[in-house]
Amino acid sequence: MSEQEVQDWIRKQIAESDVVVFMKGTKKVPQCGFSGQVAQIMDYLGVDYQDINVLDDMSVRDGIKKFTNWPTIPQVYVKGEFVGGCDIVREMFQAGELSQLLTEKGISHNKTNMTA
Amino acid sequence: MSNTNNMSQNSVEEQIRRKLMVNLHPIRLDIVNDSERHAGHRSSPGTGNSHFQILIVSPVFEGKSRVDRHRLVNDVLKDELAGTIHALGLKAYAPDEPHS
Repeated sequence: MSEQEVQDWIRKQIAESDVVVFMKGTKKVPQCGFSGQVAQIMDYLGVDYQDINVLDDMSVRDGIKKFTNWPTIPQVYVKGEFVGGCDIVREMFQAGELSQLLTEKGISHNKTNMTA
Repeated sequence: MSNTNNMSQNSVEEQIRRKLMVNLHPIRLDIVNDSERHAGHRSSPGTGNSHFQILIVSPVFEGKSRVDRHRLVNDVLKDELAGTIHALGLKAYAPDEPHS
């Protein structure tokens, strides 16, 4: 794929699924601690999400960094909008803001968070 | 670990510190180099300068979203993130927000 084709492909992915996680490894077998944390949070919240393994394709790994203008993986998109990487998603989850965002966007999940 | 390694380790950390100090004027800046903990794991470059955790408290973050705060830091550390730094844990707070 050309660089432009990669950008178009990424745009298509985040348009087609409500929640997309660009990660190292898969949701079942994450290959990086940060990606694994995001997968755990998504699983805990019971969110149906599309995982995209950037290790499968170097052009996607570079392309998503350019697309978002964000230097690190994982990257989480909700309804086509960039939410953040591991630190931000974890902070939002702990503060209950991630659940709130999903609710606002009409995405079904377990309405719970870690603060108990 | 050799002395050479220790020196370069210090210099990368110092470089990060200097850039953040100059550009973001933090009132608190904690930098932890935890590269050792990741040495030898898959895809770890093993340079001793690959994994950092940063806690930064600065007035420049006031009224900014989490994503915007991270973008500010990422921009300052653009060169390091494209090269030396393999993983960066980041907590960015405004002075009036609880931070630990």
